[in-house]
Amino acid sequence: MATSDSTIESQRERGREALLRTWSDRPGFMGWLTTVDHKRVGRRYIATALVFFVIAGILAMLMRIQLSQPENNFLGPDRYNQMFSMHGSMMMFLFAVPVMEAVAVYIVPLMVGARNISFPRLNAFSYWIYLFGGIMILAAFLLDVGPEAGWTGYVPLSSSDFSAGKRTDFWAQMITFTEVAALCIAVELVATILAMRAPGMTLRRIPLFAWSMLIVSLMVIFAMPAVMLSSSFLISDRLVGTQFYNAGEGGDPLLWQHLFWFFGHPEVYIIFMPALGMISSIVETFSRRPIFGYTAMVLALVATGFLAFGLWVHHMFATGLPPLGNSFYTAASMMIAIPSGVQIFCWIATLWTGKPIITVPLLFVLGFFALFVLGGMTGVMVASVPLDLQVHDTYFVVAHFHYVLIGGAVFPLMGALYFWFPKFTGRMLSEALGRLQFWLFFIGFNVTFFPMHILGLMGMPRRVYTYPSGLGWDLPNMIASLGSWVIAGSVLVFAFNVFYALRAGRPAGDNPWGAPTLEWATLSPPPPYNFEEMPVVRGSEPLWPLDTDLPVMTGLAKDKREALLTTSTDALPATRWAMPDPSIWPLWSALALTVLFVWSIFSPWGVVWGAIPLAVVLTVWFWPKRSEPSLGGGE
Amino acid sequence: MSRAESVVGDLSELPDYNFGSTSLGWWGTIGFMLIEGMGFVLAIGAYYYLLPYESAWPPEQSPPSLLWGTLFTAVAIASEIPNAWIKRRAKNYDLPAVRFGLVLMTLVGVVLLGLRAMEFTALNVRWDQNAYGSIVWALMALHTLHMATDTFDSGVLGAIAWLKKFDGRKFSDVADNAMYWHFIVWSWVVLYVVVYWTPRWM
Amino acid sequence: MSLRGLRWGLAAAGSALLSACNTVQSALAPVADESRAIVRVWDLMLWICGPMYLLVLLALGYALWRNRGNGHGRASERTLWFGLLGFTVLTAGLLTVLTAQSYVQDRRLHAPVSDPVNVRITAKQWWWQVEYLDADPSKQFTTANELHLPVDRPARIELRSADVIHSLWIPVLNGKEDLIPGHANTITMTPRKVGRYRGQCAEFCGLQHANMALDVRIDDAAGFAAWQAHQRTPAATPTTPSAIAGRNDFTAMACAMCHAIDGTDAGGVVGPNLTHLASRHRLAAGALPLDRGTLETWILDPQRHKPGTNMPAVPLQPQQLSDITDYLMTLN
Repeated sequence: MATSDSTIESQRERGREALLRTWSDRPGFMGWLTTVDHKRVGRRYIATALVFFVIAGILAMLMRIQLSQPENNFLGPDRYNQMFSMHGSMMMFLFAVPVMEAVAVYIVPLMVGARNISFPRLNAFSYWIYLFGGIMILAAFLLDVGPEAGWTGYVPLSSSDFSAGKRTDFWAQMITFTEVAALCIAVELVATILAMRAPGMTLRRIPLFAWSMLIVSLMVIFAMPAVMLSSSFLISDRLVGTQFYNAGEGGDPLLWQHLFWFFGHPEVYIIFMPALGMISSIVETFSRRPIFGYTAMVLALVATGFLAFGLWVHHMFATGLPPLGNSFYTAASMMIAIPSGVQIFCWIATLWTGKPIITVPLLFVLGFFALFVLGGMTGVMVASVPLDLQVHDTYFVVAHFHYVLIGGAVFPLMGALYFWFPKFTGRMLSEALGRLQFWLFFIGFNVTFFPMHILGLMGMPRRVYTYPSGLGWDLPNMIASLGSWVIAGSVLVFAFNVFYALRAGRPAGDNPWGAPTLEWATLSPPPPYNFEEMPVVRGSEPLWPLDTDLPVMTGLAKDKREALLTTSTDALPATRWAMPDPSIWPLWSALALTVLFVWSIFSPWGVVWGAIPLAVVLTVWFWPKRSEPSLGGGE
Repeated sequence: MSRAESVVGDLSELPDYNFGSTSLGWWGTIGFMLIEGMGFVLAIGAYYYLLPYESAWPPEQSPPSLLWGTLFTAVAIASEIPNAWIKRRAKNYDLPAVRFGLVLMTLVGVVLLGLRAMEFTALNVRWDQNAYGSIVWALMALHTLHMATDTFDSGVLGAIAWLKKFDGRKFSDVADNAMYWHFIVWSWVVLYVVVYWTPRWM
Repeated sequence: MSLRGLRWGLAAAGSALLSACNTVQSALAPVADESRAIVRVWDLMLWICGPMYLLVLLALGYALWRNRGNGHGRASERTLWFGLLGFTVLTAGLLTVLTAQSYVQDRRLHAPVSDPVNVRITAKQWWWQVEYLDADPSKQFTTANELHLPVDRPARIELRSADVIHSLWIPVLNGKEDLIPGHANTITMTPRKVGRYRGQCAEFCGLQHANMALDVRIDDAAGFAAWQAHQRTPAATPTTPSAIAGRNDFTAMACAMCHAIDGTDAGGVVGPNLTHLASRHRLAAGALPLDRGTLETWILDPQRHKPGTNMPAVPLQPQQLSDITDYLMTLN
């Protein structure tokens, strides 16, 4: 008598049911508030970031209306200055970094074969803190206490002498909110990638998106303390009279710039590097071959991560630092183009020697090539001290950074959203609408931002609410403003595509693209427990060829939440780690921390008194619950 | 999953806790240390950045007085002895020793906080007098914040040791907490040199 | 076609295509040694970055085109590694060339100068105080929002700020340099062509950052000397009754608390020096053209033209306003 297939199948069925019982969230609204499922948190993170993107984009459109004509009076200087400050701050702090981290929060645990992210409750906490910080700054803006000193907040303009009231304090504290959120995720991702990989996923088999997120997370860990320090120094100068930035008392306005840009330059690579990983996933899948030059690609990412910390002075070339020092930063800023060049070669080589098919994700990647490489060229230009002294703080730089941020990060992000949307939702987005969106975005983007190169060279500075006629700036500004409407059209197409697909999109199946990485080995969308059994990895494209069996290891409990920890380099199984149940304490902790942060905008005692409820909720969070399983070892 | 699977191994015999890099608590602690360590590095950088802007350092005041700072440093370094001891005992699952050690480390933390409070009164400068005062207070405040949170952590862990079931993961948490205390002590030694001795060597 | 001609052609084509041909504030229409050095960097950048960009796009396009249908399969990995190495060496080499050119031209910006015109510009929200320095203190004078320089002679400009960070940018002469409280930056400019140009603040400095322009006039040596001599003279004595009344009102009322007019009792240093106001080109740091009408409406309600400006609206009777305006318009 042989064990029949149906016995095995019903065993598996019972296993799946047990896993569902163990890993499902509570139903309804309480389930939504208490979930620690990285997929649910990741999805809401992405959606929230896209909402902030749209709001910041609308602000930009309003600014472009004001600038469409010289000496316009659609917006006065105060409102305009608040708008560009909000636009930049929202895009950088509330959209660009969070959305990239959110995609990673969703995809990385699946891509490395794990049941959940490393610190699920911290993950939930990170979302709430991010949301509350975003709500705070939006409310401040609507109440006319929004930031007014740009997203860079230079002192003395942002000091209490020149920025009265609480505007700058709300802004500086918003930074604290978003940096806490980003740091939490960074630690989670490092732990997930270095301790939770599927057995057999050695360092040389880690997918390039996971590599890029590992390096990004390390960059976040080392860069964000700089802005937390600088913004805390600013708040304390304004609130309790410290003199960090006050030249009259031994301080220095340039200290702000050094600390801010020590963060600020890695920040743009923190935004851009996840996109590099997304591109690798897309190019690999749609070339139907592994990325050429894996080792070179990883080394290029590492080199970029390191070099990014050595460039910040190129934002300060006009401040009067010693010329020889400036020249060093020119050389370093040019050097960082080399690893980018390596990556571009390897992607093109992959397409060249593969069997590429042009789908919407790949189309967005092609858009990346056209736009980011142009932005990279203008980046080489602004890296040069003498040339930068002309174009710094002009529309040339505005053009440059929009080409590298939109071309280099948003286009790949769109490609990644089209790529992973079937996994997130189980449905396909419309290819036809995707192509329409792409072309509207590509054309609209160039119409908006290319003329800005010319405007900068012709003398138009940044952050001006109006400009005189007769300098030749009128027509390029009008063209740029018209382009912004085309971009808006593309966003509407995207929104329509998403909402339509959610209702009536074609069902996707596990692996609609025939992609090689582990997230495609499970259902679309994945069940709460991600994988029934732990997948084992034998190469860097675990699912290729597509028709082979997936090797798995059994043995993780199905009646309690467990994840597998493996060793950092060779991914040998090491520990069965108990994972937390859904919990309301991350939300309470985020609320308590919000109270502390907002209180301390108005009084330094907020830090002291606000710490008490925070300590209480954090203690309850970590206190062992009666329901937690008792683990082995010790008594 | 619709893909066919073939079973190649079984994980059920793996332990459900561990020490070091195959324990997630360890990774979280390392993450904190890196973040806060970088904060210290940058704040120390700011200290030395501001220094050349003054012709004398401290610009008007006398340096922080050595008594409380040195006493604090001595006690902190001495606390490494029970700290290292509790880490070893945790790895041997010695619950009575861990219970005693956690209470002891919490008390040590409280004593150090008291000494720190005395240090603040003897810095010889206010935070709002000049940039020197601001950065000295910032360095001291940053370290105090991390020391206070670790003392609180030790207290909570101690309470759990006495009141709740203490399993393998909790022993691992004790070891991680001890690792973090290393960071607290030795980051302070660096800060001590910066705050108390830079003005005396200038 | 020479390189310079090509650049002029591109700039002109670009300008003509998209705008009226006004290059008084254009970095691509340099008239000084320093700005010309910078354009040499720009030219090399175009020559290197342009073709490299096209190369990448062509390679990408070809990669897709050759594989339309079913693809040609894998080329040897070894060929690709050689290609990668070659491309990396090429990139590094070209970047080295660009870095070298950048360094060489940067040195030109900091080359020592002899016998410069010494000027100190102090930036304030939202105007420029321009002091012409001299070894002989009696020959120093102060004006506002205007920089006159002689052609073919270097100018050494000290940069100070009285409040927040500003940036002095006169694109036709040089790149920009910041004016930072507590810092003493300098910039040199060696103009080579006579004419009228425009500069603007290029570091966001608050509400009226957009209206903080600087009129620049490059004169031949004789013209500059004449202007300098005239600026050193005290204010013209008014002759008409309204102008006389205007001067009396000016010195008696709040005006004199902020503004100085040399040769009168008005000695305020908070606002621009008005001794030779009527000889200037524009008003309120470029926000308005300067004529009797605009001056009167400016004095009546500064906030209307430049919301946020630090100049208050001093309460004046219509006759006082008219007299003061008449007086100020005599200050050539």
